[in-house]
Amino acid sequence: MSVERLEDLPLVTGHGCFVGDVSFQHQLHMRIVRSPLAHGRLKTIEVAAACALPGVSAVWTANDIADLPPIDFREGPNAKLAPFRQPVLAKDYVRYVGEPIAAVFATDPYVAEDASELVSVDIDELHVVVDAFAPPTQFVGALMTEPTICRQGYGNVTAAFKNAAAVVELDLSIGRHSGVPLETRGAIGRYDAARDVLELHGAAKVPHKNRESLARMLGRSTAGIHLYESNVGGGFGVRGEIYPEDILVLVAAIRLGRPVKWLEDRREHMIAANHSRQQRHRIRAAVDGQGHLLAIDDEFFHDQGAYIRTHGTRVADTACGILPGPYRLPHFQANGHFRLTNKTPAATYRSPGRYETNFVREQVMDAIARKLGLSRVEVRRRNLISPEEMPYERPLVALGDEVVLDSGDYEGLLDKALARCDWAKLEADVLRRRSAGEYVGLGLAMYVEKSGLGPTDGVRINVDTDGVIEVITGGASVGQGFETVIAQVCAEMLGVNYRKVRVVHGRTDRIEHGIGAHATRATVMTANATVVAADKVRAKALNVAAQLLQEDASKLTISNGKVVRADGVGAYISLGDIAHHLQPTSSTRGDRNPGLAAEGWFTTAHMTYPYGVQIALVKIDPGTGAIHIEKMLIAFDVGRAINPALVRGQLVGGFAQGLGGALFEEFQYDDRGQPLSVTLADYLIPTANEVPEVDILLAEDAPSKCNPLGIKGAGEGGVAAVGAVIASAVDDALGGKGLISRIPITPQTIKAIIDNVET
Amino acid sequence: MLLAELGPQDGRILAGGQSLVPTMAFRLARPTHLIDINGIAELAALTVTGDVVNIGACVRHAAFDGDTVPGVTGALLRKVVQNIAHYPIRTRGTFCGSVANADPASEWCCVMAALDGVVILRSQRGTRRISAADFCQGVMTTALAEDELVVAAELPMLPEGTLTGFKEFSRRKGDFAIAMALVTHRLESGAIVEPRVAIGGAETHPRRLREVEAVLSGETPNESVFSAAAETAALAIDPMEDVNSTAAYRRRLVQALLQRALDTAA
Amino acid sequence: MIVEPRRTLVDVIRDDCGLTGTHIGCEHGVCGACTILLDGEPMRSCLMFAVQAHGRSLRTVEGLQQGERLHPMQEAFIRHHGLQCGFCTPGFLMLAVGVLEKRPDLSNEELLDILASNLCRCTGYENIIKAVRAAAASMKAQA
Repeated sequence: MSVERLEDLPLVTGHGCFVGDVSFQHQLHMRIVRSPLAHGRLKTIEVAAACALPGVSAVWTANDIADLPPIDFREGPNAKLAPFRQPVLAKDYVRYVGEPIAAVFATDPYVAEDASELVSVDIDELHVVVDAFAPPTQFVGALMTEPTICRQGYGNVTAAFKNAAAVVELDLSIGRHSGVPLETRGAIGRYDAARDVLELHGAAKVPHKNRESLARMLGRSTAGIHLYESNVGGGFGVRGEIYPEDILVLVAAIRLGRPVKWLEDRREHMIAANHSRQQRHRIRAAVDGQGHLLAIDDEFFHDQGAYIRTHGTRVADTACGILPGPYRLPHFQANGHFRLTNKTPAATYRSPGRYETNFVREQVMDAIARKLGLSRVEVRRRNLISPEEMPYERPLVALGDEVVLDSGDYEGLLDKALARCDWAKLEADVLRRRSAGEYVGLGLAMYVEKSGLGPTDGVRINVDTDGVIEVITGGASVGQGFETVIAQVCAEMLGVNYRKVRVVHGRTDRIEHGIGAHATRATVMTANATVVAADKVRAKALNVAAQLLQEDASKLTISNGKVVRADGVGAYISLGDIAHHLQPTSSTRGDRNPGLAAEGWFTTAHMTYPYGVQIALVKIDPGTGAIHIEKMLIAFDVGRAINPALVRGQLVGGFAQGLGGALFEEFQYDDRGQPLSVTLADYLIPTANEVPEVDILLAEDAPSKCNPLGIKGAGEGGVAAVGAVIASAVDDALGGKGLISRIPITPQTIKAIIDNVET
Repeated sequence: MLLAELGPQDGRILAGGQSLVPTMAFRLARPTHLIDINGIAELAALTVTGDVVNIGACVRHAAFDGDTVPGVTGALLRKVVQNIAHYPIRTRGTFCGSVANADPASEWCCVMAALDGVVILRSQRGTRRISAADFCQGVMTTALAEDELVVAAELPMLPEGTLTGFKEFSRRKGDFAIAMALVTHRLESGAIVEPRVAIGGAETHPRRLREVEAVLSGETPNESVFSAAAETAALAIDPMEDVNSTAAYRRRLVQALLQRALDTAA
Repeated sequence: MIVEPRRTLVDVIRDDCGLTGTHIGCEHGVCGACTILLDGEPMRSCLMFAVQAHGRSLRTVEGLQQGERLHPMQEAFIRHHGLQCGFCTPGFLMLAVGVLEKRPDLSNEELLDILASNLCRCTGYENIIKAVRAAAASMKAQA
């Protein structure tokens, strides 16, 4: 049900609490001095002038934190990749513009910024690498800038190509872009000496996992470090990873004996927070005479930026594992050259590895259609995995999990989508308008998403004597409506109004374990754990009520927070009163454990795979090259939608980001590695003028078999195929010749194509 | 007086602040003093006297949205102002500030160039008048002296019956224009007279293109005349080049935009 | 209140007045998260120095509700799911309220153009537009 969100009231009244809104008495403000050069040998750092500025408490460089290790990978140590980790402060070398070199601590943020300008740095410039396609060069010592090649595959690709009726070959690139949330990063470190607890405020995304990582890094027990999530102004994968600044505020809080607050400005965010997406794929596909895929061989170049951050090679690995999408593919080989360049390091951004490969794979499908003279719909239809073949195991790994397509009616959704937009009529319209001289085109993309990454999550539910229910989760909110969805699920199980449910998240001190919010898993995992716990609470409540009401528990139900007889007759007792009877000192408690409370865990063996179809109708202005989207449809299967309005919001919001990547957003660099997209005036986020109306077709045809609620999650379903579908549509508008090989597509590129064709 | 003292000491005028303050936030501009002229009543006047529109230093972009300036010039300014940034910027930013800032993509600089506007500068040394063409010299470069304040800009009231057209293009609506075209002309006995054609955003500063005006002068407005004019414009300009826009693209854009400005002139 | 001249209005509103509902998204006047009403007009508080606000009337998001009663704009945003993370929301609320109070009869096109002034990264704008339209109708009805 699309109920109103619990999160909204404080947010619309200006009483939200984002990390910038949090302050502690006596706090210091941290400002980072960042490398002005993309690659160089760090010779000297002069901090005396900065230290002398009134209000400055300390200025640190790498020497002051020599005991700190580099930032490790979230999934644990990896010897092969370890040498490429980012140090907290640069030592000996700087490898990207924006790399932290020094940290200034002052009583006032303006003073801290003043002081940071007084820090002078001497760097010997070194050769800059900005192209991941160029052959690897030296990283340091004997290490080269290609730490590894991510390889996945199965079957015999070489043989398959030999026997192919036709082969298509494409060279496709995705431009560097990322989440760029509206709130920039921030963190506050605070050491509670009385309790010997180190606190990090402003945590996001994966507080529990980060707590473990930070504890390891700082040599503390996890009991001695706690993370606190504030309101988060957008995550998208980027916010919430462990960055150097997070470490610094924590260490400084201990060593300087004061809370330390850090907020980055927008320019810093653009050059220091995780980038993403940039890959170049040289891909070949072999088909038989009817357009059935026989094999795909993809060699791609992943532009990781200067260091390997907390995700390791996850994005490139996922790209390999998910590339085949919804199609049958007998033979496959992917070699992902994981390359370092002198740019801001990259990591996950909403639908990582999929946004990129959906574009690449769907271009391949269009190319096959072109080559064999088939319609783009037909070529896909012939290759779609059918429901009867599911669960469909692919010998591939994505997000560390074997790919098992659990359920889905891909062809069914395709037909629904085609019918919804009246594809046949659109095609006819397009032909008619083209003959009148317009540049119009239709795009189509099909894709499989991933969600519900386990393995396990748990919650605790407690009902207090007022009948107010608290669900303590290890989840996280990045604005997606987590609290509301969990409250809805709990409320339904316990027969109460969802507004009586308080959902706790982002607090490592309230629950020992948690999965946070990423990879579209919060609803799937935490909601299902909530069901397990709520079920136990319900059973306990009915058990107590049965005793007190002298009724058989099987005849009772809970309605409006009261346990009543299912037939509505007789006495009732409120949940709050039951909780009262379960208090430690209650005489009616009997042998039961105190509290109307329970813990519940949900475990899943595999991720679940929602899927979708996107269709776009675009028109090109031949005078300027501008692209206008006239119609946009996203058909997406979510298994089951707990709150359809929230699901729709995720899909439309994701679409807008996908649109940015398709037409507007790019982190550009000059050949000296200087970032050119450092403000919101150069990095173009779509506004209300650029985002068209989007038709959403929510399908609940194929509930997930991986969890009792049947949920598949929608967080990444909107963004995933937008690059693919827009490229397909623009290509069609330009004659369907495969002229689009790169996203973002710019008016300048379009104009050049149009004019060349005409002249 | 303040400016006389502080100008040479890195003092800057603060009016709308919509361009200056961001550059200060980036610490690219570091004036040691700011002279806030927002409170000065005489500078906020927008008046029409005879056939001259006088725009005081503190007149905001938004002022041109309504009926404050009558006639053809008023209609042109209303057409143009819709393209400037976004609503909240227009309530603060000023016409004269934009002219003094001389961004190549300043719409008002383009209007001033097209209409042969006059910039009025005042300092302790006196007042001087300078034509827009002489005032805007290059990228963010003007004839403004350190101790001078742009107190007003003047535009002519175009004769009744003058047709005007304005088109600009940017990646997103409200962004700095990659190119813009402004045309005005009258028709006498069906032929174009007094054409004014100015291109902005494409070169280091907006200017009138006389060679294009020559193509239009005396001709009957039709498809081929407009095409010829647009083509001439594309060739006549010396476009800027940057990572996002090549000179070739700017030429093609100017051609398309001028064509459209001519086609839609009303 | 006495402030250093170089402190921006948004910093003073947040840190000195303690009204943290107004947010900073870019500090260069592009995103609009810092939008407040200055003498009734929506403006970007990161583009003004606090000292310039002397003697002027300022309205921030905290002032929209009257006691327990939410402003129709706030109610509409909740009802129409017009926010996700909520960071851009105060800026949009003030922009919309400011414009509609002055011009209650905005056409849909004009409204879209005005809402295109501010950036949102979560919602894709669809529900913001719906919410503002609904609130415009409520505000007119209540006037």
